[in-house]
Amino acid sequence: MSWIGKSPNRKEDVRLIRGQGYFVDDKQDYGLLHLHLVRSPYAHAHIINVDVAAAEALPGVICTLTGAEVKELMPESFMELGPEPAANIQDYPMAVGKVIFQGEPVAAVVAETPALAADGGALVDVDYDMLDAVITAEQAMEDEEVLHESAGTNKTWQGVYEYGEVDAAFDEAATVVKIDRMHFHRFASTPVENNAVVAEWKRHGELDFFCNNSFVGFAQQLLAPALGVSVDQMHIKTHDIGGSFGNKISNYTQMAIAALASRKAGGRPVKWAETRTEHLLSSGHGNERTFLDTEVALDKNGVITAVRSRHIDDCGAYPRYEPLGCVIWSQVLPATYGVRNFRIDFSQAVTNKCPAVPNRGYSRMQHLWFMERIIDICAHKLDIPADEMRLRNYITEFPYTTPNGCVYDSGNYPAMLEKAKELIGWDDWKKKQADARAEGRLLGIGIGTTLDSGTNNFGQARIMNPHLPFSGNSEVATIRIDLQGSVIVTLGSGPSGQSHETTTAQVVAEELGINPDLVRVRSGFDTGWNTFVGHSGSYASQFAVTGLSAVHGACEKLKAEMRRLAAFILEASEEDLEFGIGEEGPQLSVKGTDQAVNYWYMGNLVNNDNAVLAGELGDVTLNIRHVYRPPFTVPDVERKYGNLTLTYAAQLHIAVIEIDRDFGHPRILAYAAVDDCGTVINPKIVGGQVHGATAHGIGAAIMETFQYDETGNLLTSSFSDYCPITSMNMPDVQYGSIQTPSPFSYSGAKGMGEGGGAPLHTVSAAVQDALITEGIIVTDSHHSVTSVFELLRSKDESSGVQVDKR
Amino acid sequence: MSEDIDKVSIQITINGQHYKRDVEPRLLLVQFIREELGLTGTHIGCDVTYCGACTLLVDGKPVKSCTMLAVQADGCEIHTVEGLEQDGELHPLQKAFSENHGLQCGYCTPGMLMSSMALLAENPDPSPDEIRKGISGNLCRCTGYNNIIKSIQAAAKEMAG
Ligand code: FES
Ligand code: FES
Repeated sequence: MSWIGKSPNRKEDVRLIRGQGYFVDDKQDYGLLHLHLVRSPYAHAHIINVDVAAAEALPGVICTLTGAEVKELMPESFMELGPEPAANIQDYPMAVGKVIFQGEPVAAVVAETPALAADGGALVDVDYDMLDAVITAEQAMEDEEVLHESAGTNKTWQGVYEYGEVDAAFDEAATVVKIDRMHFHRFASTPVENNAVVAEWKRHGELDFFCNNSFVGFAQQLLAPALGVSVDQMHIKTHDIGGSFGNKISNYTQMAIAALASRKAGGRPVKWAETRTEHLLSSGHGNERTFLDTEVALDKNGVITAVRSRHIDDCGAYPRYEPLGCVIWSQVLPATYGVRNFRIDFSQAVTNKCPAVPNRGYSRMQHLWFMERIIDICAHKLDIPADEMRLRNYITEFPYTTPNGCVYDSGNYPAMLEKAKELIGWDDWKKKQADARAEGRLLGIGIGTTLDSGTNNFGQARIMNPHLPFSGNSEVATIRIDLQGSVIVTLGSGPSGQSHETTTAQVVAEELGINPDLVRVRSGFDTGWNTFVGHSGSYASQFAVTGLSAVHGACEKLKAEMRRLAAFILEASEEDLEFGIGEEGPQLSVKGTDQAVNYWYMGNLVNNDNAVLAGELGDVTLNIRHVYRPPFTVPDVERKYGNLTLTYAAQLHIAVIEIDRDFGHPRILAYAAVDDCGTVINPKIVGGQVHGATAHGIGAAIMETFQYDETGNLLTSSFSDYCPITSMNMPDVQYGSIQTPSPFSYSGAKGMGEGGGAPLHTVSAAVQDALITEGIIVTDSHHSVTSVFELLRSKDESSGVQVDKR
Repeated sequence: MSEDIDKVSIQITINGQHYKRDVEPRLLLVQFIREELGLTGTHIGCDVTYCGACTLLVDGKPVKSCTMLAVQADGCEIHTVEGLEQDGELHPLQKAFSENHGLQCGYCTPGMLMSSMALLAENPDPSPDEIRKGISGNLCRCTGYNNIIKSIQAAAKEMAG
């Protein structure tokens, strides 16, 4: 039987439903110490003095660390990915001399128990001299207050993405729509498990980490030079990770603090387990984007011919990984539409806010939201129905090369729209909407089409900084038949809830003709397995392509070895052998006979009993390490042109929202989500990812926001204020899927999981549709009761949108 | 600081096992269970009683164990996720969560399961809306809740026989 397209129960569940998962904070160790971070209450301030004497005098406190000391102990500051002058930013995991955001660590206390470490923290006395805070990227770009003297400017990146004949398209346009300003708000997926790490810098120089970093391949390259060790001296492990959604890519900074603390504590293991408030304050927010002076050219049929616009990202206090966001959006430059002419002036600046980090839908979601807002605003202004507007503009031929050289592998957006309409009961809702409007109620129906581009070409990093030594992509899997005949697989992905153990077992079972229960997939990540490359991790919607292609390739090599070995043992020809399960378990047999050899026999022969083997089988180890590399080339950095991602999964959502006229409360009455991620390996798991991404998007659209006051004080720094979406706010999702197999992956699968922020586009579209009767244009992505109430109150007919019909 | 704190002797039954320990009065119940007893199935996800990752049953009632002191649980009978499986038989809720993909990373799952236990004990046949209310104090960032609601419905059906 085939295991692809089936939904066997998850391997991960066996431990997780019993409370037997192994998360970082679960680790207990002999001699384990606990680390508490003292954090700045101010967003921008000089540090005059840090006094740790009282803390060190507290019995049970082992040692402390200050920013100045951390700087001493680190041979160099963390690498910033951006080009100069941003590359000159001194980035230490603890503030040195100056704090740049509220919650930035200024000291650490290491003690025998977590409570004692916190007691010690309360005794650390820090003198600050407060400075004016810079809160928006636009304000930051003026450079009146420069945050990082080492860079000399707050501007961390600028570049123009120009394709086609933009000005000519505007000259020929039948209509030009101008939108002064749009804004995509700051939020994060805030996994339920906080960041955590146990570091042990052994006296003989080896450095062990048990952590929940979700992109270890990359983290180790940042940690090694900053800590003055080789990559090989660091032994990094993960096991169960309680969600990441990109956010845990950035916890390498705290890993470094824990490592330095362990070294100072004489090599004892040190645990740092973040609190939720620390997480919200300081562990990373999704990037906030402002879109200025947008102009859209349309022909007489409402087909968009060109877009020019100016976009500014706010990357928070330290750019770190984030300038990549200045390029990653261009994976989906035209979104799902056939626009050929673009000029986007993109810049980024630092502010006195929490550093930005990758967050589910990273950088593409902001741009896709922008394109969807354009579609809806133009549709409303030109009086074209929103569905019709999309059908006139969708890309319909695949593979499709975008103006900047990305290749959309496959898709069928009109079919998705059709399906989503069916699921939601479109015609029915249209009637209800007409009735509601007649009664003066505000009912809106919104469509959001989005892309979930997966499997990055890291060469796009060079568009951001030509000096970066990154390109392509890769992932590793190892598979072996061990000496008991068991099938053992290790992965480089280090997942955080994406069911990699299960889908891996399905692929292996499929290849070997066995069942997934007979495949042991090790949990987590471990550098000691030698199953990693620089790209290893779980991010950017890619496992179904990179990870499973590595597993598949490893299986093929293993099978070749097994065939040679079995042919020798059974004295048969390789062509006559078949894989399957016999009375003695998994085996190879000679077709049409009862001759067979099982895995135990083969595993034992190779590992214990090899003198009986023929000389020409000397290279057979039944232990395979396979690296999958997608077929990428280095993009043209000058033209900002090239294929930046391998696969393009798509999502199409429709929401029906009613807005309470008096209070602004947006209530979701119906919600449909249609997904296309090519060939589906496991429908239950894909459905789970779609639901999860939908919840994140709806939560972000109607509830969650990181809101700062003008002093850089975060107003939503606890879950009670930030209010992640709960079961009470999550609608029933009518879920459907179509499959347009990718021609670029071995299985036809496309990476998926991030979801492209579809609910943000969809909710904005529905809110827009509900409020259009009031003459309101939606130009912000956050639609909480308060924001919608404000919108209703400040009813502004012009809304910063002008239509110029020629 | 801590030296000045007199420890208090408490006795607690957890999943049928009796424990007697001396604890600092400020120790949270969740810390006691995780750190002193090593029962790490009960998780911590916040500091304001919002996420429910720490939910367990105290004398049959669902309690967020991050918001209760260990000394307050003196003399109480507690059930945690580790006690759900009986004699090698999974609880119908555990089975239903797995079969309906009611968990992904599994971090919220122990708390979800314990809240669901309490819900079904009180209301063996809850409507979807009643389930939503029953788990409204439990945050899940992975599943989007739809499959959790399905899981609880399936378990209720199974338990009704
Ligand atoms: S840890 Fe969040 S409610 Fe207890
Ligand atoms: S399964 Fe991950 S938080 Fe619920």
